[in-house]
Amino acid sequence: MTTELFIQYLMAGITYGSIYAIVAIGFNIIYNTTGIINFAQGEFVMFGGMIAISLLQYMPLPLAIALSVAITMLLGALIEICFIRWLKSPSVLRMIIITIGVSIISREVAVHIWGESIRSLPYFVGNEISSIPVFGARISPQVLWVVAASGLMVISLGIFFKTTSVGREMRACASNRKAATLCGINTQNMVTLSFVLSAGIGALAGCVMSPITYSQYDMGTGLAIKGFTVAILGGLGSSGGAVAAGLLLGIIEAFSVSVVPLAFQDAISIAILLIILFVRPQGLFGSKEAAGLSEV
Amino acid sequence: MKKIASKLLMAVMAVSLLAVPAFAETIKIGAILAVTGGASFLGGPEARSLEMMVEEINANGGVNGNKIELIIKDSAASPEKAISFAKQLIEEEKVLAIIGPSTSGETMKIKNICQQAKTPLISCGAAEVIVNPVASYVFKTPQKDSFAVKKIFMEMNKLGISKIAVLAGNTGFGKAGKSQLLKLAPEFGIDVVEVEVYDKKSNDLSAVVAKIKANKDVQAVINWSIVPAQAIVAKNMRQAGWDVPLFQSHGFGNIKYVEAAGAATEGIIFPAGRLLIAESLLDDHPQKALLMAYKKNYEAKFNEPASTFGGHAYDAITILAAAIAVGGNDREKVRDAIENLKNFPGTGGIFSFSAEDHNGLDIDAFQMMTVKDGKFVAYTGK
Repeated sequence: MTTELFIQYLMAGITYGSIYAIVAIGFNIIYNTTGIINFAQGEFVMFGGMIAISLLQYMPLPLAIALSVAITMLLGALIEICFIRWLKSPSVLRMIIITIGVSIISREVAVHIWGESIRSLPYFVGNEISSIPVFGARISPQVLWVVAASGLMVISLGIFFKTTSVGREMRACASNRKAATLCGINTQNMVTLSFVLSAGIGALAGCVMSPITYSQYDMGTGLAIKGFTVAILGGLGSSGGAVAAGLLLGIIEAFSVSVVPLAFQDAISIAILLIILFVRPQGLFGSKEAAGLSEV
Repeated sequence: MKKIASKLLMAVMAVSLLAVPAFAETIKIGAILAVTGGASFLGGPEARSLEMMVEEINANGGVNGNKIELIIKDSAASPEKAISFAKQLIEEEKVLAIIGPSTSGETMKIKNICQQAKTPLISCGAAEVIVNPVASYVFKTPQKDSFAVKKIFMEMNKLGISKIAVLAGNTGFGKAGKSQLLKLAPEFGIDVVEVEVYDKKSNDLSAVVAKIKANKDVQAVINWSIVPAQAIVAKNMRQAGWDVPLFQSHGFGNIKYVEAAGAATEGIIFPAGRLLIAESLLDDHPQKALLMAYKKNYEAKFNEPASTFGGHAYDAITILAAAIAVGGNDREKVRDAIENLKNFPGTGGIFSFSAEDHNGLDIDAFQMMTVKDGKFVAYTGK
């Protein structure tokens, strides 16, 4: 394998990997506060991209993205308030089924609003054919935006959870909900906040990846499955784990192309997931309890 | 005087009450289309075209004075749903004929059902197996995929291209196209040196592009899919700074893909029906008038560009209407009438059906096209 080809595969892997990682982080935030997997996470990504594309007709790109993220956050809050909050001591299974329902409804709403066609945001810099040479390989400038955006999100989330009082309250809620309530933390608001946060992260991801992968009303499902794989692989609840696992999975997928036919790409990622579940059920980086942002 | 007038009025009313049901009946036509789901870019325009045409036919007084009632079922590209809808339309709704399904896979599942129920089926699926072997009640309007393959290879022969890479999506359309490409390549002296199949949900193909780019023998790439990935292939190739010719299937005939991939689609070569370049056809071309009318009406009504896929449904309903004009509300007579249609201009080409040919189109239904300045134009060689 030439260096050029190696770098090309590596960059493709990092692109996929960053996207998977962002979706996985969205899963983790909600998992940490509620203990459930929000299967509508992929739909947040879809809404982020789609809303920004619609808004773009009326305003410049940065504003459209910012507003789209804000609207999606509001949607996240609405979903939590309408479907989760009023449940009295819900079982985890029930909440998971609710999120699956929300995901189906969201897709139907999206297909009615935007139709079935594919759309995309314009490239933030350059256009479809511009590329930057990196050690002989060529990558799209948008890849750098995706990588930078995911990096920034991980770092700012880390700071948020470690240093701000709201962040600490969310972590408290994660490690022991009852104790947190006794300390005067409004755990219900923390759950809403976790939906808002993960909706925002998903929406931002949906915007930065839209020029590369396009946005379509049903893009969420595929992303949710990959993101879920990565979240499990990295250890549920661990943001750092999600990033590492996302990059790992992306890079393995990219390099697998050189040895096995492309059609087996998904089979490889699922096989890895199975092996991990057999050998290290808590994930690569998760603790045995696999809970709590305190572990990050 | 007043009495006479009112009696006259009553008489007229009575006559008209009697007359209306005696002369006009409603003809039920079923349609099974993938309006939502993975093939919605086919089913969406198809359903809209059907609605528009049925509205137009009824506004003009129907077929021989009979109104058409259209029943559209959304299969979401699921063969299971297509089967149950086909049974429902035939047994409960007792439709005269069925238009659709949108995809080849669904069509193959209901081919026998319609044949056994002696209900004419006009499919919008592309694969050749739908009409080969012929089932007497099953027709299809899209051009055969083998013609698209031959058209591409003929163009490659002209350009002196002999070593190619083939990419295909893992849909029914992609698989059928790939096997046709591999089967017909030797006939044209073309050597397929790389073959890759990708998932229909793929959203980045830069790794596989890097792989085939590394094979220095490849002179051109053919991509065969109906999914957004065909725009992604184009982008990833150009981003990798690779400028060999990229050929696509007739599935590329949707201007939305060009809009989505922008500059990366410049120079893509593909075969398609003439709908896409209707404006540039000569005025005496037999398809020109109807293509322009369909395009204008569709775009005005739905505010989106017309695609060849919607055209397949347009062809199906106009063929069916022409057959009903001859055969009336009788399944068998309508079937015979379709088989006897000759030189019938549609969006896909000039249809001439026969007992052996239930597609009715020849290879000239395809025109090689390319993308220039974000628009489809006829391809005229280098």
